[in-house]
Amino acid sequence: MSAAIRLDDLTLGYDRHPAVHHLSGEIAAGSLTAIVGPNGAGKSTLLKGIAGALSPLGGALTLARGKRLAYLPQSADLDRSFPIHVYDLVAMGLWGSAGIFGRIGPGARAKVEAAIAAVGLTGFERRPIGALSGGQMQRVLFARLLLQDADIILLDEPFTAIDARTTADLLALVQRWHGEARTVVAVLHDIETVRRAFPQTLLLARETVAWGATAEVLTPANLLAARRMVEAFDSHAGACERSAA
Amino acid sequence: MPAPANAAPPDGLPSPPMLYDLFIGPFAEFEFMRRALVGILALAVSGAPIGVFLMLRRMSLTGDAMAHAILPGAAIGYLVAGLSLPAMTLGGLVAGFAVALAAGAVARLTVMKEDASLAAFYLISLALGVTIVSLRGSAIDLFHVLFGNVLALDDEVLLLLASVASVTLLTLAAMYRPLVLECVDPGFLRSVSRSGGFVHLGFLGLVVLNLVAGFHALGTLLAVGLMMLPAAAARFWTADITRLLLLASGLGMVAGYAGLVLSYAGGSSLPAGPAIILCAGCLYLGSLLFGSQGGLARQLLRRPHLQR
Repeated sequence: MSAAIRLDDLTLGYDRHPAVHHLSGEIAAGSLTAIVGPNGAGKSTLLKGIAGALSPLGGALTLARGKRLAYLPQSADLDRSFPIHVYDLVAMGLWGSAGIFGRIGPGARAKVEAAIAAVGLTGFERRPIGALSGGQMQRVLFARLLLQDADIILLDEPFTAIDARTTADLLALVQRWHGEARTVVAVLHDIETVRRAFPQTLLLARETVAWGATAEVLTPANLLAARRMVEAFDSHAGACERSAA
Repeated sequence: MPAPANAAPPDGLPSPPMLYDLFIGPFAEFEFMRRALVGILALAVSGAPIGVFLMLRRMSLTGDAMAHAILPGAAIGYLVAGLSLPAMTLGGLVAGFAVALAAGAVARLTVMKEDASLAAFYLISLALGVTIVSLRGSAIDLFHVLFGNVLALDDEVLLLLASVASVTLLTLAAMYRPLVLECVDPGFLRSVSRSGGFVHLGFLGLVVLNLVAGFHALGTLLAVGLMMLPAAAARFWTADITRLLLLASGLGMVAGYAGLVLSYAGGSSLPAGPAIILCAGCLYLGSLLFGSQGGLARQLLRRPHLQR
């Protein structure tokens, strides 16, 4: 299988301080990968880097050509007080096809309605987004993702602070994307969910601890190693020796 | 509508209804009132949607600061060419853009937050503007610059107001999607499009344009009133952006009309510009008290909660 995302000795960080460094590997097209690791392991940073919101401090990150990418950040900097309806927010997922001026015709409207139905929010179309619960808001964002029709979908802690039922519903969507041969990469904290639903796992602790089939990655020994590897942030750290090589 | 007995006209003609005298008469009779009405309606129809976006982007005070920032530019135009429309307009536009960009740059390059740097710039601008006008002009000119003269709109100014309104509405329509998206979810807009920066600059441009237009009619101190007050009032009635924009424009026009009527009825003691802004203020206070979306009365009224 060809690679959807390739990392070559990739280092990502802020202001010269690496959050993850010297990552190398491939995420296969059509694979379903979980990224797990302790807080501060650089999971969100890696996703941000793949999404193109952060340029590498070193190494290279290559996406397969001509693939559309959608990214759901951990806490979307979304203004919940903005007076807009569920329908209109979901419809923004059509940006890729409609753009600034494109018409949203009957076909597109049917798609929006189908996406809202797929996340179980039929009847909520005219609700202002400020009146939604946290779980409902996450459903709205998933509906928008559905409409983006992306080949590569990045999810940053999509099920954090979400109840079991909503998680199950949204996880079903993730499975559906996997079935449609889309590449899905999700940062997750719940190891049980990962074991159950994600065939591939990258265990991260500022660098790769283990990467491969979930059952082989999530061993007690690896998890313990990951917990030990995250070191304190040192603002006087010298230049990384491996970079010189 | 029967006229009250004490309103019988002295010359024995049939008594015209009072309401006509109050609400239509001034505009039918006097050209300057008609011009004022057209100018104010044009200002309201384009300024209020701009105000809505300023409010939703938490930039309400930015509008105020930029209104002040226009003053020294217009004042330099005045110093060079007297009360000349093109010179003062050009000066105002240049100064407005300069301060908007400078405040943004200071916020980005230093530890100063954008609101604080805007406050600094607008205080300097206001003092500088008043000084420049006073250097050459009379107190009447200063009064004109600070409070405008809505009852003396000539063809040039009317044309400017109408053009600004047209350009504003067309531009807003063209960049509506990215503008709304940039307000609700800027991260998402960045991930799907690079138009965010252009949209922000384009929007600031519209703000300056409308403030300069408002400056000629209402003066630098009140111009922002016809933008922000209808927008803030409308927010108490709807939670839908489309309706909010329409309602704000409508309220702005009502305030403009009511202000002119009030000022005419009040005679020389009630200047038109402040009367218009006061009417907008009353609409705001009324909405604050009785609005259906979070108005105070609704909050105090204890009603049984709904089933679901």
